[in-house]
Amino acid sequence: MTAIVPSQAAPAWRRVAAQAAFETRTILRNGEQLLVTIALPLFLLVGLARTSIFELDTAGATRIDFATPGVIAVAVMSTAFTSQAIATAFDRRNGVLRLLATTPLGRGGLLAGKVLGVLAVEVVQAVVISVVALGLGWRPHAAGIPAALGAGLLGTAAFTALALLIAGVLRAEGVLAVANLVLVLLIAGGGVLVPPDRLPGPLADLATWLPSGALGEAMRGALLGGGVPVLSIVVLALWTAAFGWSAARLFRWQ
Amino acid sequence: MPALSVDRLVKRYDGRAVVDGLTLTAASGQVTAVLGPNGAGKTTTIECCEGLRKPDAGTVRVLGLDPHADAAALRPRVGVMLQDGGLPSGARALEVLRHVSEMYASPRPVDELVERLGIGSFARTSVRRLSGGQRQRLALACAVVGRPELVFLDEPSAGMDPQSRHAVWALVKELRADGVAVVLTTHLMDEAESLADVVHVVDHGAVIASGTVSELLSGGSDAGNETTVRFTAPAGLDLAELTKWLAERGVTDPAVTVGRRTLEHVFLDLTGRHLR
Repeated sequence: MTAIVPSQAAPAWRRVAAQAAFETRTILRNGEQLLVTIALPLFLLVGLARTSIFELDTAGATRIDFATPGVIAVAVMSTAFTSQAIATAFDRRNGVLRLLATTPLGRGGLLAGKVLGVLAVEVVQAVVISVVALGLGWRPHAAGIPAALGAGLLGTAAFTALALLIAGVLRAEGVLAVANLVLVLLIAGGGVLVPPDRLPGPLADLATWLPSGALGEAMRGALLGGGVPVLSIVVLALWTAAFGWSAARLFRWQ
Repeated sequence: MPALSVDRLVKRYDGRAVVDGLTLTAASGQVTAVLGPNGAGKTTTIECCEGLRKPDAGTVRVLGLDPHADAAALRPRVGVMLQDGGLPSGARALEVLRHVSEMYASPRPVDELVERLGIGSFARTSVRRLSGGQRQRLALACAVVGRPELVFLDEPSAGMDPQSRHAVWALVKELRADGVAVVLTTHLMDEAESLADVVHVVDHGAVIASGTVSELLSGGSDAGNETTVRFTAPAGLDLAELTKWLAERGVTDPAVTVGRRTLEHVFLDLTGRHLR
Protein backbone atom coordinates (compact mmCIF):
# COMPACT_ATOMS: atom_id res chain seq x y z
CA MET A 1 0.00 0.00 0.00
CA THR A 2 1.35 3.39 -0.97
CA ALA A 3 0.87 6.28 1.40
CA ILE A 4 -1.37 9.04 0.15
CA VAL A 5 0.38 12.34 -0.32
CA PRO A 6 -2.23 15.06 0.21
CA SER A 7 -3.10 16.21 -3.26
CA GLN A 8 -2.40 19.83 -4.05
CA ALA A 9 -3.42 22.20 -6.78
CA ALA A 10 -0.90 23.74 -9.14
CA PRO A 11 -0.40 27.50 -8.50
CA ALA A 12 -3.31 29.62 -9.75
CA TRP A 13 -1.29 31.38 -12.44
CA ARG A 14 -0.21 28.05 -13.90
CA ARG A 15 -3.76 26.71 -13.97
CA VAL A 16 -5.04 29.82 -15.71
CA ALA A 17 -2.11 29.88 -18.13
CA ALA A 18 -2.71 26.21 -18.98
CA GLN A 19 -6.40 26.90 -19.60
CA ALA A 20 -5.62 29.97 -21.75
CA ALA A 21 -3.14 27.97 -23.86
CA PHE A 22 -5.65 25.14 -24.19
CA GLU A 23 -8.45 27.51 -25.29
CA THR A 24 -6.17 29.28 -27.77
CA ARG A 25 -4.98 26.02 -29.35
CA THR A 26 -8.55 24.74 -29.63
CA ILE A 27 -9.74 27.90 -31.42
CA LEU A 28 -6.74 28.15 -33.74
CA ARG A 29 -7.09 24.49 -34.74
CA ASN A 30 -10.80 24.68 -35.55
CA GLY A 31 -11.42 25.38 -39.25
CA GLU A 32 -14.77 27.13 -38.81
CA GLN A 33 -13.35 29.32 -36.06
CA LEU A 34 -10.40 30.29 -38.28
CA LEU A 35 -12.80 31.20 -41.05
CA VAL A 36 -14.61 33.68 -38.81
CA THR A 37 -11.62 35.03 -36.90
CA ILE A 38 -8.90 35.22 -39.57
CA ALA A 39 -10.30 34.68 -43.08
CA LEU A 40 -13.34 36.98 -42.71
CA PRO A 41 -11.41 40.07 -41.49
CA LEU A 42 -8.75 39.57 -44.18
CA PHE A 43 -11.44 39.23 -46.85
CA LEU A 44 -13.05 42.47 -45.64
CA LEU A 45 -9.69 44.24 -45.49
CA VAL A 46 -8.68 43.37 -49.04
CA GLY A 47 -12.21 43.90 -50.34
CA LEU A 48 -12.47 47.38 -48.85
CA ALA A 49 -8.95 48.49 -49.66
CA ARG A 50 -8.49 47.08 -53.14
CA THR A 51 -11.91 47.01 -54.77
CA SER A 52 -14.65 49.55 -55.23
CA ILE A 53 -17.45 47.06 -54.56
CA PHE A 54 -18.22 48.95 -51.37
CA GLU A 55 -18.80 52.69 -51.60
CA LEU A 56 -16.53 54.20 -48.95
CA ASP A 57 -16.58 57.86 -47.94
CA THR A 58 -13.13 58.08 -46.39
CA ALA A 59 -13.23 61.82 -45.60
CA GLY A 60 -9.87 62.38 -47.21
CA ALA A 61 -8.01 59.37 -45.86
CA THR A 62 -6.71 56.57 -48.09
CA ARG A 63 -9.01 53.58 -48.38
CA ILE A 64 -6.60 51.29 -46.51
CA ASP A 65 -6.06 53.81 -43.67
CA PHE A 66 -9.79 54.20 -43.33
CA ALA A 67 -10.72 50.52 -43.58
CA THR A 68 -8.08 48.88 -41.34
CA PRO A 69 -9.28 50.22 -37.94
CA GLY A 70 -12.80 48.97 -38.70
CA VAL A 71 -11.48 45.57 -39.77
CA ILE A 72 -9.54 45.31 -36.49
CA ALA A 73 -12.82 46.08 -34.68
CA VAL A 74 -14.52 43.28 -36.67
CA ALA A 75 -11.68 40.92 -35.67
CA VAL A 76 -12.26 41.76 -31.99
CA MET A 77 -15.98 41.07 -32.40
CA SER A 78 -15.44 37.79 -34.24
CA THR A 79 -13.17 36.39 -31.52
CA ALA A 80 -14.60 37.90 -28.34
CA PHE A 81 -18.20 37.40 -29.41
CA THR A 82 -18.92 34.88 -32.18
CA SER A 83 -16.10 32.42 -31.62
CA GLN A 84 -16.27 32.57 -27.83
CA ALA A 85 -20.06 32.27 -27.69
CA ILE A 86 -20.03 29.15 -29.86
CA ALA A 87 -17.11 27.53 -28.02
CA THR A 88 -18.63 28.20 -24.61
CA ALA A 89 -22.10 27.05 -25.66
CA PHE A 90 -20.81 23.68 -26.85
CA ASP A 91 -18.56 23.30 -23.80
CA ARG A 92 -21.59 23.96 -21.66
CA ARG A 93 -23.72 21.44 -23.52
CA ASN A 94 -21.00 18.78 -23.36
CA GLY A 95 -20.54 19.20 -19.61
CA VAL A 96 -17.00 20.60 -20.02
CA LEU A 97 -17.79 23.62 -17.85
CA ARG A 98 -19.07 21.36 -15.07
CA LEU A 99 -16.11 19.01 -15.24
CA LEU A 100 -13.49 21.78 -15.23
CA ALA A 101 -15.33 23.40 -12.33
CA THR A 102 -14.59 20.26 -10.26
CA THR A 103 -10.84 20.42 -10.99
CA PRO A 104 -8.59 22.90 -9.15
CA LEU A 105 -9.19 25.30 -12.06
CA GLY A 106 -12.66 26.17 -10.72
CA ARG A 107 -15.15 28.52 -12.35
CA GLY A 108 -13.10 31.66 -11.76
CA GLY A 109 -10.01 30.11 -13.33
CA LEU A 110 -12.05 28.87 -16.26
CA LEU A 111 -13.38 32.37 -16.92
CA ALA A 112 -9.92 33.92 -16.61
CA GLY A 113 -8.50 31.30 -18.96
CA LYS A 114 -11.20 32.02 -21.51
CA VAL A 115 -10.59 35.77 -21.44
CA LEU A 116 -6.82 35.29 -21.81
CA GLY A 117 -7.45 32.82 -24.64
CA VAL A 118 -9.54 35.45 -26.43
CA LEU A 119 -6.77 38.02 -25.99
CA ALA A 120 -4.17 35.58 -27.31
CA VAL A 121 -6.21 34.92 -30.46
CA GLU A 122 -6.66 38.68 -30.87
CA VAL A 123 -2.91 39.16 -30.77
CA VAL A 124 -2.58 36.64 -33.61
CA GLN A 125 -5.34 38.46 -35.53
CA ALA A 126 -3.78 41.88 -34.94
CA VAL A 127 -0.41 40.68 -36.23
CA VAL A 128 -1.88 39.01 -39.34
CA ILE A 129 -4.16 41.96 -40.18
CA SER A 130 -1.45 44.55 -39.53
CA VAL A 131 1.10 42.76 -41.70
CA VAL A 132 -1.36 42.48 -44.60
CA ALA A 133 -2.58 46.06 -44.13
CA LEU A 134 0.98 47.46 -43.96
CA GLY A 135 1.70 45.53 -47.15
CA LEU A 136 -1.29 47.25 -48.73
CA GLY A 137 0.07 50.65 -47.73
CA TRP A 138 -1.51 51.21 -44.32
CA ARG A 139 0.08 54.08 -42.39
CA PRO A 140 -1.50 54.12 -38.92
CA HIS A 141 -1.33 57.16 -36.65
CA ALA A 142 1.43 55.76 -34.39
CA ALA A 143 0.58 57.93 -31.37
CA GLY A 144 -2.92 56.43 -31.37
CA ILE A 145 -1.80 52.81 -30.95
CA PRO A 146 -2.03 52.78 -27.11
CA ALA A 147 -5.55 54.24 -27.35
CA ALA A 148 -6.45 51.57 -29.92
CA LEU A 149 -5.18 48.87 -27.55
CA GLY A 150 -7.33 50.34 -24.78
CA ALA A 151 -10.39 50.46 -27.05
CA GLY A 152 -9.69 46.88 -28.12
CA LEU A 153 -9.58 45.71 -24.49
CA LEU A 154 -12.82 47.50 -23.64
CA GLY A 155 -14.48 46.13 -26.77
CA THR A 156 -13.24 42.66 -25.86
CA ALA A 157 -14.77 43.01 -22.40
CA ALA A 158 -18.14 44.09 -23.82
CA PHE A 159 -18.32 41.41 -26.50
CA THR A 160 -16.99 38.58 -24.30
CA ALA A 161 -19.64 39.44 -21.72
CA LEU A 162 -22.29 39.31 -24.47
CA ALA A 163 -20.88 35.98 -25.69
CA LEU A 164 -21.10 34.48 -22.19
CA LEU A 165 -24.61 35.86 -21.79
CA ILE A 166 -26.04 34.11 -24.84
CA ALA A 167 -23.86 30.98 -24.40
CA GLY A 168 -25.11 30.59 -20.84
CA VAL A 169 -28.77 31.04 -21.68
CA LEU A 170 -29.52 29.60 -25.13
CA ARG A 171 -29.15 26.07 -26.46
CA ALA A 172 -25.91 25.36 -28.34
CA GLU A 173 -27.60 25.19 -31.76
CA GLY A 174 -29.36 28.48 -31.05
CA VAL A 175 -26.06 30.11 -30.08
CA LEU A 176 -24.47 28.87 -33.30
CA ALA A 177 -27.15 30.62 -35.33
CA VAL A 178 -27.43 33.80 -33.24
CA ALA A 179 -23.67 34.36 -32.87
CA ASN A 180 -23.09 34.21 -36.63
CA LEU A 181 -26.20 36.18 -37.57
CA VAL A 182 -25.52 38.98 -35.09
CA LEU A 183 -21.95 39.32 -36.39
CA VAL A 184 -23.16 39.62 -39.99
CA LEU A 185 -25.84 42.18 -39.04
CA LEU A 186 -23.38 44.27 -37.02
CA ILE A 187 -20.83 44.22 -39.84
CA ALA A 188 -23.49 45.26 -42.35
CA GLY A 189 -25.29 47.92 -40.36
CA GLY A 190 -23.70 48.20 -36.91
CA GLY A 191 -21.37 51.10 -37.64
CA VAL A 192 -18.21 49.06 -37.35
CA LEU A 193 -16.79 49.32 -40.91
CA VAL A 194 -18.81 52.33 -42.01
CA PRO A 195 -19.13 55.12 -39.42
CA PRO A 196 -22.61 55.33 -37.85
CA ASP A 197 -23.26 58.86 -39.17
CA ARG A 198 -22.89 57.63 -42.74
CA LEU A 199 -25.49 54.90 -42.36
CA PRO A 200 -28.96 55.49 -43.78
CA GLY A 201 -31.79 57.02 -41.70
CA PRO A 202 -32.53 55.69 -38.20
CA LEU A 203 -29.65 53.19 -38.49
CA ALA A 204 -27.27 56.10 -37.96
CA ASP A 205 -28.70 56.92 -34.53
CA LEU A 206 -29.00 53.27 -33.57
CA ALA A 207 -25.45 52.31 -34.57
CA THR A 208 -23.96 55.15 -32.51
CA TRP A 209 -25.30 53.45 -29.39
CA LEU A 210 -24.38 49.90 -30.37
CA PRO A 211 -21.15 48.37 -29.03
CA SER A 212 -20.11 47.67 -32.63
CA GLY A 213 -20.47 51.33 -33.67
CA ALA A 214 -18.69 52.51 -30.52
CA LEU A 215 -15.79 50.11 -31.05
CA GLY A 216 -15.47 51.04 -34.75
CA GLU A 217 -15.49 54.77 -33.94
CA ALA A 218 -12.95 54.33 -31.14
CA MET A 219 -10.58 52.39 -33.42
CA ARG A 220 -10.90 54.89 -36.26
CA GLY A 221 -10.46 57.79 -33.85
CA ALA A 222 -7.29 56.27 -32.43
CA LEU A 223 -5.64 55.03 -35.64
CA LEU A 224 -6.68 57.82 -38.02
CA GLY A 225 -5.44 60.43 -35.57
CA GLY A 226 -8.71 62.16 -34.80
CA GLY A 227 -8.78 61.04 -31.17
CA VAL A 228 -11.09 58.53 -29.47
CA PRO A 229 -14.60 59.97 -28.95
CA VAL A 230 -15.57 59.99 -25.28
CA LEU A 231 -19.05 58.85 -26.24
CA SER A 232 -17.64 55.61 -27.72
CA ILE A 233 -15.85 54.79 -24.48
CA VAL A 234 -18.95 55.54 -22.41
CA VAL A 235 -21.14 53.39 -24.69
CA LEU A 236 -18.69 50.46 -24.55
CA ALA A 237 -18.37 50.74 -20.77
CA LEU A 238 -22.15 50.78 -20.33
CA TRP A 239 -22.62 47.71 -22.56
CA THR A 240 -19.82 45.90 -20.70
CA ALA A 241 -21.55 46.59 -17.39
CA ALA A 242 -24.98 45.59 -18.72
CA PHE A 243 -23.82 42.38 -20.44
CA GLY A 244 -21.53 41.44 -17.56
CA TRP A 245 -24.26 41.95 -14.98
CA SER A 246 -26.78 39.95 -17.02
CA ALA A 247 -24.31 37.14 -17.72
CA ALA A 248 -23.40 36.86 -14.04
CA ARG A 249 -27.08 36.62 -13.11
CA LEU A 250 -28.42 34.48 -15.94
CA PHE A 251 -25.54 32.16 -16.89
CA ARG A 252 -26.55 28.54 -16.28
CA TRP A 253 -23.62 26.17 -15.90
CA GLN A 254 -25.69 23.16 -16.91
CA MET B 1 -14.24 10.04 10.12
CA PRO B 2 -15.81 8.76 6.92
CA ALA B 3 -14.50 10.22 3.67
CA LEU B 4 -18.04 11.10 2.69
CA SER B 5 -21.10 11.51 4.82
CA VAL B 6 -24.49 12.49 3.51
CA ASP B 7 -27.17 13.13 6.10
CA ARG B 8 -30.87 13.48 5.26
CA LEU B 9 -30.10 15.12 1.93
CA VAL B 10 -33.02 16.69 0.07
CA LYS B 11 -32.86 18.11 -3.45
CA ARG B 12 -35.97 19.32 -5.27
CA TYR B 13 -36.46 20.21 -8.92
CA ASP B 14 -39.54 22.34 -9.52
CA GLY B 15 -40.89 21.41 -6.11
CA ARG B 16 -40.51 17.66 -6.70
CA ALA B 17 -38.05 15.94 -4.36
CA VAL B 18 -35.62 13.93 -6.49
CA VAL B 19 -33.50 13.20 -3.45
CA ASP B 20 -35.66 12.82 -0.37
CA GLY B 21 -33.91 12.36 2.96
CA LEU B 22 -30.99 10.31 1.70
CA THR B 23 -28.36 9.23 4.22
CA LEU B 24 -25.17 7.32 3.49
CA THR B 25 -21.46 7.23 4.25
CA ALA B 26 -18.37 6.09 2.39
CA ALA B 27 -15.03 5.15 3.93
CA SER B 28 -11.45 5.52 2.77
CA GLY B 29 -9.93 2.38 1.30
CA GLN B 30 -13.36 1.10 0.30
CA VAL B 31 -15.48 1.02 -2.82
CA THR B 32 -18.96 2.25 -2.04
CA ALA B 33 -21.59 1.58 -4.68
CA VAL B 34 -24.75 3.64 -4.96
CA LEU B 35 -27.03 1.23 -6.76
CA GLY B 36 -30.42 2.16 -8.09
CA PRO B 37 -32.71 2.24 -11.11
CA ASN B 38 -32.66 5.18 -13.51
CA GLY B 39 -34.23 8.25 -11.95
CA ALA B 40 -33.64 7.06 -8.39
CA GLY B 41 -31.65 10.18 -7.53
CA LYS B 42 -28.13 8.72 -7.75
CA THR B 43 -26.62 11.35 -10.02
CA THR B 44 -28.26 14.25 -8.21
CA THR B 45 -26.88 12.94 -4.90
CA ILE B 46 -23.38 12.66 -6.35
CA GLU B 47 -23.62 16.14 -7.89
CA CYS B 48 -24.51 17.58 -4.48
CA CYS B 49 -21.38 15.87 -3.09
CA GLU B 50 -19.25 17.27 -5.93
CA GLY B 51 -20.44 20.80 -5.18
CA LEU B 52 -22.17 21.06 -8.55
CA ARG B 53 -25.61 21.35 -6.97
CA LYS B 54 -26.73 22.96 -3.75
CA PRO B 55 -28.82 20.80 -1.42
CA ASP B 56 -32.25 22.08 -0.37
CA ALA B 57 -31.89 20.42 3.03
CA GLY B 58 -29.61 18.05 4.90
CA THR B 59 -25.85 18.08 5.16
CA VAL B 60 -23.02 16.77 3.01
CA ARG B 61 -19.48 16.44 4.33
CA VAL B 62 -16.67 15.56 1.94
CA LEU B 63 -13.37 14.77 3.71
CA GLY B 64 -14.92 16.62 6.65
CA LEU B 65 -15.54 19.77 4.60
CA ASP B 66 -18.55 21.46 3.03
CA PRO B 67 -18.61 20.97 -0.77
CA HIS B 68 -19.75 24.57 -1.33
CA ALA B 69 -18.09 26.64 1.37
CA ASP B 70 -14.79 24.74 1.09
CA ALA B 71 -14.90 24.10 -2.67
CA ALA B 72 -11.43 25.50 -3.37
CA ALA B 73 -9.84 23.33 -0.69
CA LEU B 74 -11.67 20.22 -1.88
CA ARG B 75 -11.10 20.48 -5.64
CA PRO B 76 -7.48 19.24 -5.57
CA ARG B 77 -8.43 16.35 -3.27
CA VAL B 78 -11.53 15.03 -5.02
CA GLY B 79 -11.65 13.41 -8.46
CA VAL B 80 -14.80 13.47 -10.54
CA MET B 81 -15.97 11.43 -13.50
CA LEU B 82 -19.25 12.79 -14.80
CA GLN B 83 -21.89 10.64 -16.44
CA ASP B 84 -21.84 12.75 -19.61
CA GLY B 85 -18.04 12.84 -19.68
CA GLY B 86 -17.55 16.59 -19.76
CA LEU B 87 -14.62 16.35 -22.15
CA PRO B 88 -13.99 19.17 -24.65
CA SER B 89 -14.98 17.70 -28.01
CA GLY B 90 -12.53 19.60 -30.23
CA ALA B 91 -9.38 18.57 -28.37
CA ARG B 92 -7.38 15.37 -28.73
CA ALA B 93 -7.62 12.64 -26.09
CA LEU B 94 -4.07 12.82 -24.75
CA GLU B 95 -4.09 16.61 -24.91
CA VAL B 96 -7.15 16.68 -22.62
CA LEU B 97 -5.54 14.36 -20.09
CA ARG B 98 -2.29 16.37 -20.06
CA HIS B 99 -4.29 19.55 -19.68
CA VAL B 100 -6.23 18.28 -16.67
CA SER B 101 -2.99 16.99 -15.12
CA GLU B 102 -1.54 20.52 -15.28
CA MET B 103 -4.11 21.65 -12.72
CA TYR B 104 -2.32 19.65 -10.01
CA ALA B 105 0.98 20.20 -8.22
CA SER B 106 2.10 16.56 -8.39
CA PRO B 107 -0.15 14.59 -10.74
CA ARG B 108 0.20 10.91 -11.56
CA PRO B 109 2.51 10.33 -14.51
CA VAL B 110 0.28 10.71 -17.57
CA ASP B 111 2.13 7.99 -19.51
CA GLU B 112 1.40 5.43 -16.83
CA LEU B 113 -2.35 6.15 -16.98
CA VAL B 114 -2.28 6.08 -20.77
CA GLU B 115 -0.71 2.63 -20.58
CA ARG B 116 -3.06 1.35 -17.86
CA LEU B 117 -6.24 2.40 -19.60
CA GLY B 118 -5.15 1.75 -23.17
CA ILE B 119 -5.46 5.41 -24.16
CA GLY B 120 -2.40 5.20 -26.43
CA SER B 121 -4.40 3.71 -29.30
CA PHE B 122 -6.56 6.84 -29.54
CA ALA B 123 -4.21 9.46 -28.03
CA ARG B 124 -4.31 11.73 -31.09
CA THR B 125 -7.99 11.22 -31.89
CA SER B 126 -10.26 14.16 -31.16
CA VAL B 127 -12.73 13.58 -28.34
CA ARG B 128 -15.73 13.91 -30.65
CA ARG B 129 -14.56 10.87 -32.66
CA LEU B 130 -14.03 8.57 -29.64
CA SER B 131 -16.34 5.65 -28.93
CA GLY B 132 -18.38 5.66 -25.73
CA GLY B 133 -15.98 3.28 -24.01
CA GLN B 134 -12.90 5.27 -25.04
CA ARG B 135 -14.48 8.45 -23.72
CA GLN B 136 -15.25 6.77 -20.40
CA ARG B 137 -11.66 5.56 -20.04
CA LEU B 138 -10.34 9.04 -20.76
CA ALA B 139 -12.80 10.57 -18.27
CA LEU B 140 -11.67 8.07 -15.63
CA ALA B 141 -8.02 8.94 -16.29
CA CYS B 142 -8.89 12.64 -15.84
CA ALA B 143 -10.68 11.85 -12.56
CA VAL B 144 -7.69 10.09 -11.00
CA VAL B 145 -4.73 11.97 -12.51
CA GLY B 146 -4.61 14.43 -9.59
CA ARG B 147 -4.08 11.66 -6.98
CA PRO B 148 -7.44 12.27 -5.29
CA GLU B 149 -8.28 11.02 -1.80
CA LEU B 150 -11.89 10.55 -2.85
CA VAL B 151 -13.24 9.82 -6.34
CA PHE B 152 -16.79 10.00 -7.60
CA LEU B 153 -17.45 7.81 -10.60
CA ASP B 154 -20.89 8.24 -12.12
CA GLU B 155 -21.71 5.08 -14.09
CA PRO B 156 -18.05 4.42 -14.87
CA SER B 157 -18.46 1.45 -17.19
CA ALA B 158 -21.53 2.54 -19.14
CA GLY B 159 -21.02 1.77 -22.83
CA MET B 160 -17.78 -0.15 -22.31
CA ASP B 161 -16.72 -3.39 -23.89
CA PRO B 162 -15.69 -6.19 -21.48
CA GLN B 163 -11.95 -5.51 -21.93
CA SER B 164 -12.38 -1.84 -21.03
CA ARG B 165 -14.55 -2.71 -18.05
CA HIS B 166 -11.94 -5.01 -16.63
CA ALA B 167 -9.21 -2.42 -17.08
CA VAL B 168 -11.42 0.07 -15.25
CA TRP B 169 -12.25 -2.37 -12.48
CA ALA B 170 -8.58 -3.19 -11.98
CA LEU B 171 -7.78 0.50 -11.61
CA VAL B 172 -10.63 0.98 -9.13
CA LYS B 173 -9.36 -1.93 -7.03
CA GLU B 174 -5.88 -0.45 -7.06
CA LEU B 175 -7.23 2.92 -5.88
CA ARG B 176 -8.94 1.13 -3.01
CA ALA B 177 -5.73 -0.66 -2.09
CA ASP B 178 -4.00 2.74 -2.02
CA GLY B 179 -6.52 3.97 0.55
CA VAL B 180 -8.66 6.07 -1.76
CA ALA B 181 -12.39 6.30 -1.06
CA VAL B 182 -14.20 5.31 -4.25
CA VAL B 183 -17.87 6.20 -4.62
CA LEU B 184 -19.52 4.90 -7.75
CA THR B 185 -23.06 4.92 -9.02
CA THR B 186 -24.22 2.08 -11.16
CA HIS B 187 -27.23 0.12 -12.18
CA LEU B 188 -25.05 -2.81 -13.21
CA MET B 189 -25.36 -5.60 -10.67
CA ASP B 190 -22.20 -7.40 -11.64
CA GLU B 191 -20.24 -4.18 -11.27
CA ALA B 192 -21.53 -3.67 -7.74
CA GLU B 193 -21.05 -7.36 -6.95
CA SER B 194 -17.46 -7.56 -8.08
CA LEU B 195 -16.25 -4.14 -6.90
CA ALA B 196 -18.21 -2.86 -3.95
CA ASP B 197 -17.31 -3.28 -0.32
CA VAL B 198 -20.53 -1.55 0.64
CA VAL B 199 -23.69 -1.17 -1.42
CA HIS B 200 -26.38 1.43 -0.82
CA VAL B 201 -29.53 0.59 -2.74
CA VAL B 202 -31.31 3.84 -3.62
CA ASP B 203 -34.85 4.25 -4.87
CA HIS B 204 -37.17 7.24 -4.98
CA GLY B 205 -34.46 9.48 -3.58
CA ALA B 206 -33.66 7.52 -0.43
CA VAL B 207 -31.49 4.60 0.66
CA ILE B 208 -33.70 1.54 1.06
CA ALA B 209 -31.01 -1.00 1.93
CA SER B 210 -27.33 -0.91 2.83
CA GLY B 211 -24.68 -3.47 3.51
CA THR B 212 -21.97 -5.58 2.03
CA VAL B 213 -22.91 -7.64 -1.00
CA SER B 214 -23.05 -10.82 1.10
CA GLU B 215 -25.20 -9.12 3.75
CA LEU B 216 -27.63 -8.03 1.08
CA LEU B 217 -27.62 -11.49 -0.45
CA SER B 218 -28.38 -13.25 2.81
CA GLY B 219 -30.90 -10.69 4.00
CA GLY B 220 -34.44 -10.15 2.79
CA SER B 221 -37.83 -8.99 3.93
CA ASP B 222 -38.65 -12.19 5.87
CA ALA B 223 -35.12 -12.92 6.96
CA GLY B 224 -35.11 -15.48 9.78
CA ASN B 225 -38.57 -16.89 9.07
CA GLU B 226 -37.75 -18.67 5.88
CA THR B 227 -35.49 -21.49 4.89
CA THR B 228 -33.46 -21.49 1.77
CA VAL B 229 -32.35 -24.74 0.30
CA ARG B 230 -29.61 -24.35 -2.20
CA PHE B 231 -27.93 -27.20 -3.98
CA THR B 232 -25.98 -27.85 -7.08
CA ALA B 233 -27.81 -30.11 -9.47
CA PRO B 234 -25.57 -32.59 -11.23
CA ALA B 235 -25.79 -32.43 -14.98
CA GLY B 236 -28.73 -34.40 -16.33
CA LEU B 237 -30.80 -34.32 -13.11
CA ASP B 238 -34.43 -33.67 -14.03
CA LEU B 239 -35.71 -30.85 -11.81
CA ALA B 240 -39.28 -31.06 -13.15
CA GLU B 241 -40.35 -33.53 -10.45
CA LEU B 242 -38.97 -31.30 -7.72
CA THR B 243 -40.58 -28.09 -8.96
CA LYS B 244 -43.89 -29.94 -9.43
CA TRP B 245 -43.69 -31.17 -5.84
CA LEU B 246 -43.03 -27.62 -4.65
CA ALA B 247 -45.81 -26.17 -6.75
CA GLU B 248 -48.32 -28.62 -5.18
CA ARG B 249 -47.38 -27.09 -1.82
CA GLY B 250 -47.81 -23.52 -2.99
CA VAL B 251 -44.12 -22.73 -3.40
CA THR B 252 -43.92 -21.10 -6.79
CA ASP B 253 -41.91 -18.43 -8.56
CA PRO B 254 -40.33 -16.15 -7.36
CA ALA B 255 -39.61 -18.27 -4.27
CA VAL B 256 -38.35 -20.99 -6.55
CA THR B 257 -35.50 -19.75 -8.63
CA VAL B 258 -33.56 -22.21 -10.59
CA GLY B 259 -30.11 -20.80 -10.97
CA ARG B 260 -27.98 -18.69 -8.68
CA ARG B 261 -29.29 -16.03 -6.35
CA THR B 262 -27.53 -12.87 -7.34
CA LEU B 263 -27.55 -9.26 -6.32
CA GLU B 264 -29.96 -8.74 -9.19
CA HIS B 265 -32.63 -10.79 -7.40
CA VAL B 266 -32.13 -8.79 -4.24
CA PHE B 267 -32.27 -5.56 -6.19
CA LEU B 268 -35.49 -6.46 -7.97
CA ASP B 269 -37.07 -7.61 -4.69
CA LEU B 270 -36.18 -4.25 -3.15
CA THR B 271 -37.06 -1.91 -5.98
CA GLY B 272 -39.84 -3.86 -7.68
CA ARG B 273 -40.11 -5.14 -11.20
CA HIS B 274 -42.22 -2.48 -12.84
CA LEU B 275 -40.63 -0.57 -15.68
CA ARG B 276 -40.00 3.12 -15.32
